[in-house]
Amino acid sequence: MAEAVDLKAIGTRPVRPDGIDKVTGRAAFGADLNLPNMLHGKVLRSPHAHARIKSVDISRAAAAEGVMAAVSGADFPGNASDLGKNVIARDKVLYHGHAVAAVAAKTQLQAEAALELIDVEYEVLEPVMSLDQAMADGATLVNENQHTNGDTSKPASNVAATQRFERGDLEAGFAEADVIVESEHRVPMAHQGYIEPHACTATVNEDGKSTVWCCTQGHFDVRSLTAQVLGESVGNIKVIPSEIGGGFGGKTTIYLEPLAVKMSQMSGRPVKMTMSREDVFRATGPTSGTWCRAKVGAKKDGTFTAASAWLAYEAGAFPGAPIGPGCMSVLAPYEVPNLVIEGNDVLVNKPKVCAYRAPGAPQSMHAMECAIDELARKLNMDPIELRLKNAAGEGTVAPYGPRFPAIGLRECLEAAKEHPNYTAPVPEGAGRGLAVGFWFNIGMQSSAEVRIAEDGAVTVMEGSPDIGGSRASMALMAAETLGVPYERVKAHVGDTEATGFCNVTGGSRTTFATGMAVIQACEDIIAQCKQRAALTWDLDEEQVDWVDGEAVPKPGVNADVNPLSLADIARGAGRTGGPLLGRASLNAQGAGASFSCNFTDAKVDKETGKVDILSFTAVQDAGRAIHPSYVEGQMQGGAVQGIGWALNEEYIYDADGVMENAGFLDYRVPVASDMPMIDTQIIEVPNPFHPYGVRGVGETPIVAPLAAVSNAVRDQLGFRIDDLPLSPPRVLEAIDGQEGGE
Amino acid sequence: MSKTHVSTTINGDQMEFLCEPHQTLLEVLRDELGLTGTKEGCATGDCGACSVMVDGRLVCSCLMLGVEADGVDLTTIEGIATPDGLHVIQEKYLEHAALQCGICTPGFIVATKALLDRNPNPDETTIRYWLAGNLCRCTGYDKIVRAVQDAAQTLAYEA
Repeated sequence: MAEAVDLKAIGTRPVRPDGIDKVTGRAAFGADLNLPNMLHGKVLRSPHAHARIKSVDISRAAAAEGVMAAVSGADFPGNASDLGKNVIARDKVLYHGHAVAAVAAKTQLQAEAALELIDVEYEVLEPVMSLDQAMADGATLVNENQHTNGDTSKPASNVAATQRFERGDLEAGFAEADVIVESEHRVPMAHQGYIEPHACTATVNEDGKSTVWCCTQGHFDVRSLTAQVLGESVGNIKVIPSEIGGGFGGKTTIYLEPLAVKMSQMSGRPVKMTMSREDVFRATGPTSGTWCRAKVGAKKDGTFTAASAWLAYEAGAFPGAPIGPGCMSVLAPYEVPNLVIEGNDVLVNKPKVCAYRAPGAPQSMHAMECAIDELARKLNMDPIELRLKNAAGEGTVAPYGPRFPAIGLRECLEAAKEHPNYTAPVPEGAGRGLAVGFWFNIGMQSSAEVRIAEDGAVTVMEGSPDIGGSRASMALMAAETLGVPYERVKAHVGDTEATGFCNVTGGSRTTFATGMAVIQACEDIIAQCKQRAALTWDLDEEQVDWVDGEAVPKPGVNADVNPLSLADIARGAGRTGGPLLGRASLNAQGAGASFSCNFTDAKVDKETGKVDILSFTAVQDAGRAIHPSYVEGQMQGGAVQGIGWALNEEYIYDADGVMENAGFLDYRVPVASDMPMIDTQIIEVPNPFHPYGVRGVGETPIVAPLAAVSNAVRDQLGFRIDDLPLSPPRVLEAIDGQEGGE
Repeated sequence: MSKTHVSTTINGDQMEFLCEPHQTLLEVLRDELGLTGTKEGCATGDCGACSVMVDGRLVCSCLMLGVEADGVDLTTIEGIATPDGLHVIQEKYLEHAALQCGICTPGFIVATKALLDRNPNPDETTIRYWLAGNLCRCTGYDKIVRAVQDAAQTLAYEA
């Protein structure tokens, strides 16, 4: 692997290729496409959290002025998958805001008016709105046909699935412990809160071929999922990814696309559909509300003897809460000889959850990192020392099976210990909290093409929507590999017909996996260049080297020739075999786990219950920071999302299962004046399975802040508030309760 | 419903348009005039993605009607750069990597322009409170604040 000192492009901080379009308003996002003769589609959404649909009649709406198409669940293939039923309800509505019908009209006003003409008859059912309610004996069932883990020999249950990891002898482990801490924590449902609402425009030609323009983290997934819901062939659908205004996992599925395609088929005209902010909150996938128990035991010297975790996660209306990653993450940072980890995927009458940045990990690790904080207090140990004592390292077997290769947890903890923000005293009256974070990161499938223009200009074409600067990292890796200046490289995200298959931008995989494809495509170009140079010089391919962007004869080869640059070879490509086109496709293996250590100084105003973040420090192993500014940006952005979740963000429901705060005024995400600067320190323990050592950095940053903030509040107040968010009402109530108890 | 004729100035150009009385300025800019650089994030005045300047004042264009634009001087994100190149604010957002997805960026840049037009030397707290009406979910605001600080210093040096 290349050492950092040898790198020329990687590690620099150039302006991103798509930057100018994004600071001038030219970049086209999901809602920015308007086509001639375009119709506007609107969705009728369920006013009930749980109800049986007795009938839907769209005939009056279909006949209304300006309406060119109207659909209900009956217009889509029967025997629908969960996805299909989430896109448009069939026999039941399962959450407030669930799509029931849709219309497309010449104007938005006509479409809105037509929604009023749709007649739906409901039989209202009791909504299942909490984990306690859903898991209680005799609970109302969200889905009468749901059996835990598909086991039909047992009665139907709201627990759709369970997961369990086990190692050693838990009881014996706790028996060995000198100190044991147990805790229980609840974290409500929270939303990714991307600023761009979902939007798409679909147009179907007379030959039946559809084109969908939309904001998504994965246009190839939009293609396959839309085809699935419509019962169409993937080959009939082309998806063009617009620029994407944030996703954080929430734009890895589909909501509007099949409705827009269907209504375009029916009307013969393009159909545009956009969600309101309220729709986004009510009807797209937030992340699970959770109920977690954590227990950890240790010897007097801090050595962990046993730990256990019990997790219950809200799936929303259909199975699929992130219990897998919740269970994988909860104890991943530690050597624990005896452990049991159990997860429960629980149906409730809330929107079906979708991925949210390190899905499932922030909630389970919040519980465990709070428990470990209490353990450090009982043992009178520094929280970093306790974690160092038990930290996973190279060779540690993760609770979920594999043995870690080189990882950077220990390095993060050591760096935090030496950090000036940690060696500085805690500000007067404030508290300090610390926690570690983890995300395993993923590989999966990517493709890339590298094309060389006749003057040597480099075009990278790949299929990972650029959600936070990935075009820059692709261009940097291409420049580094080819040995050309960054400015000579342009990176593009191609549509489903312009580039090879890529899985979603998610799992922190883009710079790792698509980056690896770009590197391999560049290596393909280099191999071709060496061949072309050998042909030109009448040498064997093996006698030619590629050095600093030029073909040269290998040392010791007797040839009196001038080096040939990429531009030289490209210019003469017609004489040596045709245009230079490099390509690669892969299923990337060896994604490197990324660990972090976060700490914060926070201060509770005991009069109001408001928590102020005075400072926040994020230390994280990036493997290799390709563009350090965007790595820092991931760490800072994830930290602030985590702080928001810790302090304010939550879905608040009324007794009927209607979300009461479906807007940014009442669902309060952090604003600039809430935050201090977020200090970052990038650790680089290279991933041995990536050519430049990349691990993937996007998700780990949101994991540790929840517990770090909670631990800081605990430090100041002297007692623990178990649940999140630490919003002023909850903090004030806890303080009042504490004072009342004294 | 009859449309209303509106005469206005947008980014220095005299403009005329017809709009429905219920249409917001944001809808007019995006849907009638094709100025899609101004973004909709909430349509309720909570996110600032639709920020524009009206006679030099920072306004959420989703909270103003199109008909109210009659006779005013509007600046949108499309009017920040000049034929000579990017505005210093735009350059600094790029240099500092003060954007990730970029959907909030037009609103932030317009809000920054409105701030620096009125207060060329704001301190960090002033910047943070001025920009508190603009939501960014990607950056955590750190690099945005630094970009604004750098832009203010550069503009002061150039002045």
